[in-house]
Amino acid sequence: MFKDHAKIIKAISVAGEVAGRKKLQKIIFIAKKLSFPFQEKFAFHFYGPYSEELTLRIEELCNMGYLNEVREKKSGYYQYCYTITDPGIDFLSMHELEMPALQGCLLDMNMQNARFLELVSTVLYFDSLEKEEVVEKIFTLKSKQKYTHEEIDEAYAYIEQLKEKAKLN
Amino acid sequence: MGYSAEKLSEEKVFKDPVHRYVHVRDLVIWDLIGTREFQRLRRVRQLGTTFLTFHGAEHSRLNHSLGVYEIVRRIIDDIFAGRPEWNQQERLLCLCAALLHDLGHGPFSHSFEKVFDLDHEHFTQAIILGDTEVNSVLSRVDKTFPKKVAEVIAKTYESKLVVSLISSQIDADRMDYLQRDAYFTGVSYGHFDMERILRVMRPREDQVVFKQSGMHAVEDYIMSRYQMYWQVYFHPVTRSAEVILTKILHRAKYLYESGYGFQHEPHHFYSLFNGDVALADYLKMDESVILYYFQIWEEEKDPILSDLCDRFVNRKLFKYAEFQPSNDQMNKLMELNRLFKKAGIDPEYYLVVDSSSDLPYDFYRPGEEEERLPIHLLKNNGEIRELSRESEIVDAISGKRRTDHKLYFPEDLLRDESTKKNIKRQIRQLLDLDR
Repeated sequence: MFKDHAKIIKAISVAGEVAGRKKLQKIIFIAKKLSFPFQEKFAFHFYGPYSEELTLRIEELCNMGYLNEVREKKSGYYQYCYTITDPGIDFLSMHELEMPALQGCLLDMNMQNARFLELVSTVLYFDSLEKEEVVEKIFTLKSKQKYTHEEIDEAYAYIEQLKEKAKLN
Repeated sequence: MGYSAEKLSEEKVFKDPVHRYVHVRDLVIWDLIGTREFQRLRRVRQLGTTFLTFHGAEHSRLNHSLGVYEIVRRIIDDIFAGRPEWNQQERLLCLCAALLHDLGHGPFSHSFEKVFDLDHEHFTQAIILGDTEVNSVLSRVDKTFPKKVAEVIAKTYESKLVVSLISSQIDADRMDYLQRDAYFTGVSYGHFDMERILRVMRPREDQVVFKQSGMHAVEDYIMSRYQMYWQVYFHPVTRSAEVILTKILHRAKYLYESGYGFQHEPHHFYSLFNGDVALADYLKMDESVILYYFQIWEEEKDPILSDLCDRFVNRKLFKYAEFQPSNDQMNKLMELNRLFKKAGIDPEYYLVVDSSSDLPYDFYRPGEEEERLPIHLLKNNGEIRELSRESEIVDAISGKRRTDHKLYFPEDLLRDESTKKNIKRQIRQLLDLDR
């Protein structure tokens, strides 16, 4: 029981600190696409793949006292940062979670900015389409972000890099 | 005149308890309603197991789909038509997407999706794009039309305004199900002034916004959503039924994988058990089929499967206790797990924690920048502001506790002292049942 909760704590624990709900959403989505066993269901929303289930699970973990949420004021809006608490560490020790490659992937993703992760997760969301169609989708659905062809190529290269890292999983 | 513009010689109306009438004038809509895939929604309840708590909650996905269509039709024809931000060419696309948005829902879909790793949205796409009657109707409009309808429902269509009518924090889907679910459950929550909300809706490039003068009607909608969440969607008895349903499916799958010989072959389940569900198999599943199996499984030799089915069919549900997760409580849970095993009651099936995140409903939350699109108000000076920044009521609700966990167990088995009397007493003490 609470195994799915434990996986989210594990993710935040290995990442150290995750700054921003949007970033956290994209990181878990990308990890799921890399075949890490996260169970949260994602759908496409205005800003890319999003999981209401994940949002609620994070809220539960904060209410349980296993995650620490800090609200920080950024220019004109609030951002939420997440870290694991001591009870969270104890809780994690009650669960056996074998995901050896998770740390490498998450540390890497956590170093990227949210804008780039949004692009990477959008590319992965449309991974059943040809690259040409994906590019068209990005230019149509994310016109305001003004992604360039170079950034999209970078996202594709980054996905390959992550897949290599995730192979240990 | 093309098929897309063809009208029925006389308007058809469906009597509807929520919207009074659902009006159909477009031939395409009339033809879609008549397809076998749409008619299948009559046999899938909108609220799954809620009928075991609120006996009136027998309404179907078909009722709801017609309701969503009607709301979108009113928005487009009565509010948006003629406004410069609105492209009237998108009218039929919106109506079709509204009508078909839930097409891929299966029987008791929430539990089925969890156990068999399915996604109703995937099946909605498959029905619209596959070899189906729905696809054949949509393709008559234009060869690219099915793809466009599928994209609107998948929220990946180019016009965000079109998508937001069907899927956003205040969309036709939610406005219909809140009112319909309130009506059929008989609760007095869930009602709000939809007419007023529709009147203050304004199309913008990226989304629908609401005139500030209608803020109180929007507040009322948010309050309804909040109350329906706790009173109906998150009702502990419904969750008990959902827990049992989920365990039945897990048990049946486990038995199949273990080579168990079912007395009656569960043909309809084989593709689910094998994890390879073809569209044709999926469309054969509805709630009448599932309830048929649950009835015959009551007579199976496997004691767990037959007991769980008996509980579901005859409404002998699990009892529950509040569960506030902490490491102490987690240790207590492990102890209960151990004692259940000693008492000969398999905790895998009879001791279950259910969390709010296990449910498919949500509250309104403004979220952080670019997390999820919130509800926006249009002020008199043209400025657009997020709802909770203008409304104290919404701001207050947004800060409320929204999570909850319950521990479910079969109290009747724990009170049966014909076997393992002392262990069961220990369990009851831990669960505080003998007070």
